[in-house]
Amino acid sequence: MIDVNELTKRYGKATAVDRLTFTVRPGQVTGFLGPNGAGKSTTLRLILGLHTPTAGTATVDGRPFADRPRGLRHVGALLDAADVHGGRSGYAHLRALAASNRIPRRRIDEVLAEVGLQEAARRRIGGYSLGMRQRLGIAAALLGDPPVLLFDEPLNGLDPEGVLWVRGLFRRLAAEGRTVFVSSHLMREMEHTADHLIVIGRGRLVADESLAEFASRGEGLRVTVDTPDPATLTAVVDVAGGSTVPAPDGTLTVTGLTAARVGELAFEHRILLRELTTRSASLEEAFLAQTADAVDYLAGENR
Amino acid sequence: MTTTAAPRLDAEPAARFSDLIAAERIKLTSLRSTRWGVLFSAVVVIAMNANAAFADYRNWPTYPAGIRASFVPDWAVGDAFQAGAAMVTILAAGTIGALAITSDYASGLARTTFAAVPARSSVVLAKATVLTAVLLVFGVVVAGGSFAASQSILAGRGINVALDHPGVLRGVVASALLAPVCGLAGLAIGAVVRHTAATIVTTVAALLLFPALLQDRRHLTATILHAQPYGAWGSLRGLDSQHLMPYPATPLGSFLVYGSWALAAVLVAALAVRRRDL
Repeated sequence: MIDVNELTKRYGKATAVDRLTFTVRPGQVTGFLGPNGAGKSTTLRLILGLHTPTAGTATVDGRPFADRPRGLRHVGALLDAADVHGGRSGYAHLRALAASNRIPRRRIDEVLAEVGLQEAARRRIGGYSLGMRQRLGIAAALLGDPPVLLFDEPLNGLDPEGVLWVRGLFRRLAAEGRTVFVSSHLMREMEHTADHLIVIGRGRLVADESLAEFASRGEGLRVTVDTPDPATLTAVVDVAGGSTVPAPDGTLTVTGLTAARVGELAFEHRILLRELTTRSASLEEAFLAQTADAVDYLAGENR
Repeated sequence: MTTTAAPRLDAEPAARFSDLIAAERIKLTSLRSTRWGVLFSAVVVIAMNANAAFADYRNWPTYPAGIRASFVPDWAVGDAFQAGAAMVTILAAGTIGALAITSDYASGLARTTFAAVPARSSVVLAKATVLTAVLLVFGVVVAGGSFAASQSILAGRGINVALDHPGVLRGVVASALLAPVCGLAGLAIGAVVRHTAATIVTTVAALLLFPALLQDRRHLTATILHAQPYGAWGSLRGLDSQHLMPYPATPLGSFLVYGSWALAAVLVAALAVRRRDL
């Protein structure tokens, strides 16, 4: 559980984080979304006590993280995959971290196996690809088997297989009852990962709600459905509070309901579906619509 | 709330300082640059001193009677601990100390380290402990090796000094301790400055350049010189020129200078890392 209360950070005149208040709960993946420069990384560093807040508080399981003498058993964090020394081997990097928190050596092999880096562990980190460094950072975050995990843009540099693996890992960690807080500036990365979203722009809270709630605001959630029985589905969707618009290609565009809900309705009423797709553009649009006034650097904007 | 998590690790043990020492030892020794830097510097320093002894060995037949009369102990001791070799020691130890902390900051590893151990001052104290141990071994090997190499060369002419000659052991100890004192100074400057290049420039300026600018002919500048690690080392080595100096330093005072620098450096480093954003 992470509690952020009226958290504010100013660097001189610039306000990076502006009276942020939110709670990240255990047992689910919480996405931390915002455009570049919105203050996501600063917020994560404030939570970890790496930066001192100008005002407000951030606590992890009821205590400021900086008050703990050792951290790895409380919070595992991957802030930046580059926060390593290229001259050491991945194994030596993990061994030093483990030793500082008195974590047994066998645990290093466990996390290396978890992230699939056993082969490369003895090589210098300087020779790793970005994806390998992300995996090493995730291994370091898992070392202490912590109840709270923070990841700053963890999908950067991962190949499609790696992205799938990371999503599965986050879901599993959340299912184990852990608090999983993942930042991203790309809405579509969160779409298949997060249950809950905290959205910020220019350091301020924009939204704090479930993924479906967030997506259904703004432009409205759009789900593309292909069915041989559009009439029945239209009726069912109407009853459930959504609305449908037939598309030129014969499919239906449903608004006001999530893809999951449409799937449930179709199943309950034995309606065959050939396609059921959340139009990710709509999620991206919802994100853009709600953060547009909070974006620092709009392309082509006269400033 | 978090009780549903199934921890596979044991419950958290009490925080021990020795764990941080183990971690910092792994960090320092797992870098090739540290290992080669220490080894290379040691070879250079011993070679410089041995070379001075070899020059005297070769030139001995040409030396006039005056030099021959005062060769033991002053020149013999001078061959064991050349000023140039001491400067290389200061440069090497100061750089190793500086890199011990700036490499963490430069790479961003400091964030990873301090997120794993929020007790930042303890991390730096552990780093200082490991650095002191490594550089003490370095200093003992270099000072002992230089003395042994130079005196065994001079023994060929029967003009060597023994370790139990008055003041000689003090010179060996002073040369051995020079490395850890300067290493800690580099660590402290690195903790304050944080950027590698700026740290090394500052360290070289403080430990080498500044004392070189000081004259020992006036009381004030002589006092400031004696308060520098390089000046204290020169006094403790106890060469002929020391007796002729108008304002000589006492051995006790010079060892106190070493101790004060080391203590102040550790304090500065431990305080500098607290509460600063990174």
